Amino acid sequence: MSRYSAVVERECFYTLADRAAAQAESGEVALLNLRGECSDFIRYNRTRIRQAGRVRQARLRLTLVRDRRQASATFDLSGDESADRLRLESVLGELRQLCKMLPEDPYLHFATAVNSTDRTEPTSLPRAGEATAQIVTAFDGLDMTGVWACGESCSGFANSMGQKNWHAVGSFNFDCSVHDGTQSVKHSLAGQNFDADALNATAAQARQTLSILSRPPKRLDPGRYRAYLAPEAMGDILGLLSWGGFGLKSHRSGRSPLMRLVDGDVHLDPRVFVDEDVASGFAPAFTGEGFVRPQRVPLIEGGRFASCLVDARSAQEFGHSVNASAEAPQSLDMAPGALADEDVLRALDTGIYVSNVWYLNFSDRNACRITGMTRFACLWVEGGVPQGPIEPMRFDDTLYGLLGERLLELSRNRPLSLDPDTYEGRSFSSARLPGALVEGLRLAL
Amino acid sequence: MGIILVHPEAASRLNYLKLPMRDRASTDAIEKSFERLAQGIDHCVLRLVEKRRLGVSVRLDVPEPVLNDHVSGCMLTVVEDGGAGYAATGDLSEGGLELALKDARDRAKLTASHRLFDAARLPIPADRARVDNRSAGGLPGVTDCLAMTSDASRRIKAAATNAKAMDKIADWSAAIEVAECHSLLLSSAGARIEQSYGYVSPGLSVVARDHGQSQQRSHGDGHMARQGGLEQLDVVDFAEHGERLVGEALALLRAPECPTENTDVLLMPGQMILQLHESVGHPLELDRILGDERNYAGGSFVTPEMIGSYQYGAECLNVVFDPRVPNELASYAYDDDGTRAERHDLIKDGILVGAIGSASSSLRAGIPAAASGRASSWNRPPIDRMANINLLPGDHDLGALLASVERGVLMDTNRSWSIDHLRNKFQFGCEIGWLIEDGERKGLIRNPGYRGVSANFWRSLDRVGDRSTEAVLGTLDCGKGEPNQLMQVGHSTPACVFRNVQVFGGG
Repeated sequence: MSRYSAVVERECFYTLADRAAAQAESGEVALLNLRGECSDFIRYNRTRIRQAGRVRQARLRLTLVRDRRQASATFDLSGDESADRLRLESVLGELRQLCKMLPEDPYLHFATAVNSTDRTEPTSLPRAGEATAQIVTAFDGLDMTGVWACGESCSGFANSMGQKNWHAVGSFNFDCSVHDGTQSVKHSLAGQNFDADALNATAAQARQTLSILSRPPKRLDPGRYRAYLAPEAMGDILGLLSWGGFGLKSHRSGRSPLMRLVDGDVHLDPRVFVDEDVASGFAPAFTGEGFVRPQRVPLIEGGRFASCLVDARSAQEFGHSVNASAEAPQSLDMAPGALADEDVLRALDTGIYVSNVWYLNFSDRNACRITGMTRFACLWVEGGVPQGPIEPMRFDDTLYGLLGERLLELSRNRPLSLDPDTYEGRSFSSARLPGALVEGLRLAL
Repeated sequence: MGIILVHPEAASRLNYLKLPMRDRASTDAIEKSFERLAQGIDHCVLRLVEKRRLGVSVRLDVPEPVLNDHVSGCMLTVVEDGGAGYAATGDLSEGGLELALKDARDRAKLTASHRLFDAARLPIPADRARVDNRSAGGLPGVTDCLAMTSDASRRIKAAATNAKAMDKIADWSAAIEVAECHSLLLSSAGARIEQSYGYVSPGLSVVARDHGQSQQRSHGDGHMARQGGLEQLDVVDFAEHGERLVGEALALLRAPECPTENTDVLLMPGQMILQLHESVGHPLELDRILGDERNYAGGSFVTPEMIGSYQYGAECLNVVFDPRVPNELASYAYDDDGTRAERHDLIKDGILVGAIGSASSSLRAGIPAAASGRASSWNRPPIDRMANINLLPGDHDLGALLASVERGVLMDTNRSWSIDHLRNKFQFGCEIGWLIEDGERKGLIRNPGYRGVSANFWRSLDRVGDRSTEAVLGTLDCGKGEPNQLMQVGHSTPACVFRNVQVFGGG
């Protein structure tokens, strides 16, 4: 057994799929979606372990299609092949009954052309004990809090027509912050191959930033300020925009915060290009209905609306092609600008270096106006020199302005960010975004 | 009666999926396995969770695919040599439990070497109890839910047609989520705590759009979840609100923006739920105060020294932690650590008197526990959580609340929420508002929002509504923790008046 052995291996999943196919009656189609992981979660507070655990889980969504109806059930697998097969057969029978209770589904849509794929990536991940020893040593003497998440994650699709897709990646994600009184700085180290030198460099960088944060904080009045939104802050901003901003259904239902952009009433700066970059991301390239996603979907081109993310159901409802498994980006890519890292502070001159933002929401979706807080090592800069931290401030501004007429420059550097979210399981999402130098960021409180 | 985590009658009432659940024999087998495996371990806890969830929704008069979710698995927690470790597995065979136990012991050993606190001091649960809070009336099944949501959807469509405004209704939906949840906690000290409950969560939503302006009105839609069954859908008048929502959404398209000024606000329960949740509930969680959440959900402006003396709000502010309210969403007899749940005062006559903490946080902070160690499922460990956090009613009816406002804004139904990492600077937005002038509700206004600072805001509370203004609400999706967890929390609150608040509109 490997260090992070999956609960359900690829061949076991395919065996289950074959069983479902054999059990399917004439005119029936079975679709299987698997999501599994074996993950270590080590939670830290004050550079000591607060909670440590391991989670082995595998969930299967089985969908039965018959008579233009579909019925699904999602359930936990045990990893025991015989027990899981029995459960699958039992669920299949129940779904057959459930189908009889349901009306025909006009938007039923699944792939009928067989298109099998396999992406299994080699990784080098440390054991929990090794990781802990290195983390505790690297951050010795610092007040560090955060979480180490590490292990193998897999996603599989199969249908009774013979299609089989597999996606397995191992990764670690060390998401932490270092605190000194009321000040703090956030760091993230994530990838598929753990590097102790990178961990030590992260801790060293945190120590360096803390020396600036130890200076007296500056209290800003509400008003407009020149600001540099670091890539991490841009990640949160684009993350909020992804909440209904890029999906076809949200456009057609009038719920999208980008309706004015879609309608052509406003446009962003012509340097703004945003794509869903499936090819460079970590998310599965197949959808839950068996469609294989295009390598790249342009969302905003030259500051203008380009296209939407369209899942299988919306594709059927609105007469489009499927290009997404869900109508929110999973592998967001925003084109770089010309601003080099070493020139950021000089270009900012006097204003706010916004390292991170927090708890974003829309204050007016119609105007794509968003609000949120500054958090973690946001600095006041004068003449290109950091003066010290700012007290947390609330901003309330429209993205049509920040990425439109008030966008001054985008950074050249675009670090790859792996999503640390672990709500249902460890996220496959990632983003590659530049920082943004903007004029007149509006602080409200 | 034996050990049956899913009552057979309840299972048949759900009529959507009869998976091979833990019957008496398989539950007995798990208990016997645990007994064997835990021998020789002083502190070992097994928490088995099973949950079945059904979600039915109708959008634009077309039923969406039915959500049909079954959760089944367990977590083993071990304390050894002062370190605690956990392991979660969906494999409930003896072999699966044995592997999980090994994983948990390995992590307890790891924690012991780098521990934040001495887990050997943690109490081990020993109570034996069986608590069944399921509705006698049962939960609605697929056909019931389809009928109710289809009916509600048709009513919305009819209202839009009657208003000759179908071209302006961009979207609408009616949805019901129901679930049946079971847990069994066993410990090496002999605890056996079995709990069952069901919940319903209804929602209606209407979006009107015209001339580049979209306006949404909703009823429930994630904030009206309650424990119980069919009877609770009657309590919240699930299907009766469609016509009102259509009318209000259309009217909001033409309404003026909320003014930007400092003025009085009258917040209805549909907004008070978020105000209470974000700026009272979260700041009082002990794990935030102890720093566990500083990397994610944040800390708190509250410090342990404040408890007992800090003036949190006006004298009319009284807030309790009460996990024993029938039909409120987060009611339970024991938390997921096996601590017996009781009502605690949090804020009494405006003074902070308590906090929300689990047994482990209580131990670390030296503050009494409130039985708030809760986990979202079998695959996540318990952390400090709100249960039902309730603002106690005062003695003003809605007329008296309005009459107390010379000029102000009435706001209802939260749609936007944001607050800083210490739970101080907040900004909220609502779906709908009305101007108040000379003690009377006047014209409709759109995009109402307000912002403030928790530490000052609750001191500006001037009037608390009576029971006639109160609503029992609840949300299924409070996010927190590393690894992340979504949790169910309940809130009951009356309408309240606050003075001199910064309000604003859209644009």
